[in-house]
Amino acid sequence: MHQNKIAPLLDVNGVTLQYKTRDHLVTATYRVSFQVYKSDRFVLLGPSGCGKSTLLKSVGGYMRPTEGFVALNGKKVSSPGPDRMMVFQEFDQLLPWKTVKENVTFPLYSTGQCSRQEAEARAMNYIDKVSLSKFADSFPHTLSGGMKQRVAIARGMAMEPAILLMDEPFAALDALTRRKMQEELLQLWDDTHFTVLFVTHSIPEAVKLGNRILLLSPHPGQVKAELNSTGIDDIDPAAGTALSDRIHDMLFSDQVEEEEEVAHA
Amino acid sequence: MPNASVQAVGERLVRRDELVYADVDASPDTVVEQPLTIWERLYSNGVLRKVLILFCLAAIWEAYSLHMDNSLLFPRFTATVAAFWDALTNGSLLTQVGNSVRVLLIGYAAGLILATMLVVLAMMSRIGNDLLETLTSMFNPLPAIALLPLALIWFGLGTASLVFVLVHSVLWAVALNTHSGFQGVSSTLRMVGRNYGLTGFGYISKILIPAAFPSILTGLKIGWAFAWRTLIAAELVFGVSSGSGGLGWFIYENKNELNISYVFAGLFTVIIIGLAVENVIFRNIEARTVRKWGMQS
Repeated sequence: MHQNKIAPLLDVNGVTLQYKTRDHLVTATYRVSFQVYKSDRFVLLGPSGCGKSTLLKSVGGYMRPTEGFVALNGKKVSSPGPDRMMVFQEFDQLLPWKTVKENVTFPLYSTGQCSRQEAEARAMNYIDKVSLSKFADSFPHTLSGGMKQRVAIARGMAMEPAILLMDEPFAALDALTRRKMQEELLQLWDDTHFTVLFVTHSIPEAVKLGNRILLLSPHPGQVKAELNSTGIDDIDPAAGTALSDRIHDMLFSDQVEEEEEVAHA
Repeated sequence: MPNASVQAVGERLVRRDELVYADVDASPDTVVEQPLTIWERLYSNGVLRKVLILFCLAAIWEAYSLHMDNSLLFPRFTATVAAFWDALTNGSLLTQVGNSVRVLLIGYAAGLILATMLVVLAMMSRIGNDLLETLTSMFNPLPAIALLPLALIWFGLGTASLVFVLVHSVLWAVALNTHSGFQGVSSTLRMVGRNYGLTGFGYISKILIPAAFPSILTGLKIGWAFAWRTLIAAELVFGVSSGSGGLGWFIYENKNELNISYVFAGLFTVIIIGLAVENVIFRNIEARTVRKWGMQS
């Protein structure tokens, strides 16, 4: 209750996103609204085609909503900026011509956020947090996929953005590494309580990482539910089922109906 | 052991005990690391192998020319080396090389400037993009030397004509490669750059150029190779300018005077300079950039 009196950090209000392909106008999301508060681990969860990545891009400022608005700290988002650092899924998101340390320091001084010396100290602090100090002077191509993602996370966090946007950052990792990275991310959060908006299509990942989960249905993406999570997939006393099962039922109920319709037709 | 492995009956899986091994030191039984013999190491050195090949070629040359015994058609290897040394120390070879390289650098630089302008145009607008694509597809297949007669009419005998054909040989290769390099920069890297709030010149110089550097370097290398070949060929026709020949002119003049060993020495110099630029300058740039960054294997 008390939460609603505090102004949200990020306000996504009735956002409809459309993009053009070669011969179609596609609506990715339709009138999606949600609020992210400070220190939230807010997860956008949905099957492919629900527009969750597109939604994240519009928060990042890469895409303008055709309807509604995205506001950060009360100011409308209109272009990409370092107050919303992104961590992408792709391993090639690091600049290959810069070492690990340079990758982290570069945005710090090029945006004028700190001087070069300050940038260096701050970068090393965050590189240390993701336990890559030994690799500070390595070039990205010598690192494994998991290490590259850790650098990208360090780079995002070192900027100390208002909100960290993560677009399925662990999706391209193997299962063991992914699990380790999820735990590391939670540890990092325990450290600094940064605000993060996290996109995933994995229900267990959403349950584990998020404190608030937004479920989106596909074609076009619409909000299906907004749920709380404690990270341990606990059983809801009212429904008597585990959170992940509830999510699963909500996400796939449509599909069953559709299949039934097909069967009737 | 009554409850040890139970044999499968019918379709059931075979049940076995779990096995956990203690760490075993493998070193006493197998070779973990052992230095290679000196021959194995020498043979794996690429430079050394190539030096050996060159040495054999020189020996074959010397043997064949001894057999021919006709210094007008085929001078001996040693005579060529002597002529090379003589031209280098007493003759005009160094000045001629200087003349050639100077013209080459002017043409190369002018070509690069024009290529940059063309690519900037292409990056800024769709029509500029079409312009670049049309021009490169038209002029890329046209050998620069074929433009020499026209250049002679337009600019007369002299440096200007040479620079014109050099620009033509550099421009299209560099523009084409740079442009396709920019277009090939991944959307993730582009988004990263914009995420940093970079726009305009900062975005181009700090994200696009380094990200496209492998292609740009390829363009520079191809441009250089075209320019060098074109220059020597063009100089064979009339030299750099009336007074001071150039390397091609050095070859041509010596042929007229039937100093064939000096002709060979001139060809030798063309090869050495070509090799030096490709293998020393460009190789070094590559090693310090794209190879170090893992952007090219």
